[in-house]
Amino acid sequence: MSELSEPLPQGTAPGFLERTTNFWRLFTRNRSAVVGLCILLGVLILAAIAPFLYPDSPFKLAGRPMSEPFGDWIFGTDTLGRDIMAGIAHGARTSLLIGLIATVVAVVFGTIVGALAGYYGGWIDDLLMRVTEVFQTIPSFVFAILLVAIMSPSIQSIIIAIAVVSWPALARLVRGEFLSMRNREFVQANILMGMPDWKIIVVQILPNCLSPIIVAGSLLVATAILIESGLSFLGLGDPNVMSWGFQVGAGRSVLRRAWWICTFPGVAILLTVLAINLVGEGLNDALNPRLRERKG
Amino acid sequence: MSALVDIRNLYVSLPDGADRAHAVEDLSMSVNPGEIVCVVGESGSGKSLTARALMGLLPEPRVRASAGEIHFEGRDLLALDREERRLLRGEQLAMIFQEPMTALNPLQTVGKQIEEVLLVHTRMSRRERRERVRKLLEEVHLPDPPRIAASFPHELSGGQRQRAMIAMALILDPKVLVADEPTTALDVTTQAQILKLIRELQERHNTGVLFITHDFGVVADIAHKIVVMQHGRMVEAGPADQILNRPREPYTRALIGAIPDLHPRSTGRPETREVLKVAELEKTYTRKNFLGPANTVHAAKQVAFSLNRGETLGIVGESGSGKSTVARCLVRLMQPDSGAIELDGIDIAGLSRTALRPHRRRVQMVFQDPYASLNPRRRVGDIIAEGPITQGARRVEADARARELLGLVGLDPSAAERFPHEFSGGQRQRIGIARALAMDPEVLVADEPVSALDVSVQAQVLMLLSDIRDRLGLSIVFITHDLRVAAQVCDTVAVMSKGEVVEMGPVAEIFTAPKHSYTKELFSSIPGRDWQVPDLTAAQGAA
Repeated sequence: MSELSEPLPQGTAPGFLERTTNFWRLFTRNRSAVVGLCILLGVLILAAIAPFLYPDSPFKLAGRPMSEPFGDWIFGTDTLGRDIMAGIAHGARTSLLIGLIATVVAVVFGTIVGALAGYYGGWIDDLLMRVTEVFQTIPSFVFAILLVAIMSPSIQSIIIAIAVVSWPALARLVRGEFLSMRNREFVQANILMGMPDWKIIVVQILPNCLSPIIVAGSLLVATAILIESGLSFLGLGDPNVMSWGFQVGAGRSVLRRAWWICTFPGVAILLTVLAINLVGEGLNDALNPRLRERKG
Repeated sequence: MSALVDIRNLYVSLPDGADRAHAVEDLSMSVNPGEIVCVVGESGSGKSLTARALMGLLPEPRVRASAGEIHFEGRDLLALDREERRLLRGEQLAMIFQEPMTALNPLQTVGKQIEEVLLVHTRMSRRERRERVRKLLEEVHLPDPPRIAASFPHELSGGQRQRAMIAMALILDPKVLVADEPTTALDVTTQAQILKLIRELQERHNTGVLFITHDFGVVADIAHKIVVMQHGRMVEAGPADQILNRPREPYTRALIGAIPDLHPRSTGRPETREVLKVAELEKTYTRKNFLGPANTVHAAKQVAFSLNRGETLGIVGESGSGKSTVARCLVRLMQPDSGAIELDGIDIAGLSRTALRPHRRRVQMVFQDPYASLNPRRRVGDIIAEGPITQGARRVEADARARELLGLVGLDPSAAERFPHEFSGGQRQRIGIARALAMDPEVLVADEPVSALDVSVQAQVLMLLSDIRDRLGLSIVFITHDLRVAAQVCDTVAVMSKGEVVEMGPVAEIFTAPKHSYTKELFSSIPGRDWQVPDLTAAQGAA
């Protein structure tokens, strides 16, 4: 029977380092994802060094209003004479901070709701999904405006508003993943061991759903930044912090006389959101390599 | 007689990064008119890709026929352009697939789909087409052809769908029929009918059939000629009788030697201490309809049996017979509606989840699908040690025990560090067995534990199961649809049909003198029933 027996896997089991390099290799196969990552890193560095580059408040008047760009101030000044580059640097902090925190809140909440609904099914599923649908039926941006208007504009209220409008999509995604995992035989084996439900959900099923959650979460950061920009464009941002949306909003009335006031913050929003989307795409390719192969 | 299809030195290349460069290597074979050629091999032998290369259905350009010729009526198919091949397909070369549900379009009626073939290849009028479809459905012995033609695929049973597929394949009277595992997804009684049908139609139309299968029983029933493949290469080819009864190559011998014999193995008398007693077990499934009455399916009706220490009870039956429901009730993945499941006198049928927890350990399960039954994100060692840790064992002890168990099931203890995807199907099934054993169970419920495995691996896993049963004094409830397997591992057999145990008794009695009509039908449908698997063990030493 010797020729019928199957060979055991050879060599040492791949360690953490090896799996990380493998992930990196898959990620870098997607060129645009690498470009996105570079842009994103640039924005991150800008946000990190903003207090050192522009130690003064970005609201401080720097010089003559509406100075042309590439003169004394690299991106010029706005209608009140504030340095636009200082605003962009400080605005990067606001955008990334709000984007990240709102996403984390939305992902955690959405995952909990989705996991419970998918794992338990039955009336728990019905109840949680009806609640989710209520949130999904309201147009998310209008809903966010409403929430911020009610809570009065501040960083906290913006984060809460963005999280509230973002979690339902995640809850649905996680629920779907859990539904398909719920009846896998390995979960049944865990039930037979007498493993408590929370442990099955957290230790056994959740790690198997992480890839789609990470990908959806990374894209959610981009959406959150867009919503935040939109809110502050409408004047619903925190009046005490500089933000890209606020800059665009402040310059819109003089768009034809001083194009640079809107343009540079707008480009910053565009590049950041684009970069995050590209990175999200790259993560998707690296975490679900089979999907990529199917694309050919 | 000149060959209908002549495959010469065919190579099918695989994309870079596959485990080998060629799926099929240097394959030469031929099919004559009126001849059934069976291509047999285990998974990964390249048998299916051979069929697809003949049909021009390879997933090009990643997988393509890179060298060789396939001659059909004097023309090399591989040299034809797409349009010429398309015209040949359906008209001269037809194919039937393994899974009739996915091979048929769910949104079109069966009749319309069969008509489609006529629409593409002929200039028949609508009336003529209808008439031809009706006649053909009759020919494949479908009851009430007009009704079948007007039905959608989901309204038919698996066997009926496969008949409809055969009708579709044969409608233009093709010269060659390629059948890729056409009966693998079917129940054994349906399989017997479909095989009979293929044989009958093939004889009537003098069709050449290329029949792909992994099942030597099926081969024994219908093959004229046999081609044995392994790792993309032809191992041995010849007339059916020669390959089945006097195989020459060691691989063929090993394959045939691994087929479980239908004659029940003589069993030692198990102990008489009763471990498990099931009485009047009932389970119904109800599907609520939004409007109208609810659908109720009786999955288990008054099921009763008992199991002694060291005994293996086989529950055999076709799909939908309720055997898996019974298994799931035994391990309490499912709550039975009523009845008793007594473990050493303690009834666990009605216990709540908390009350059940201390008893969980005593009944463990081995699952069917070696790919879905292990968590892909956990190391093998953790998968095995999890159970004891949940039950309160210390981490260090559980890990040590996991390594010991890996040794017991025939794997290297270093496997504990690896992830499940590094192992083959059979090895994963061993890991699944080790996980069940880690709980120190008294009863092992094995739900089709070998049906997803190749026959050679199957034999090894079965051997492992009976070995650990004897060593650890386990009792096993063995759920299977494969009567050959049941004959080899079981002491007692319960035959289930439509939720009821129709017959139960010692394996030798049931196999030699079945009493119930359903049992008789089941046994007469076993593929290759008339073929006595030759005893090759003596000769094997020499080879």
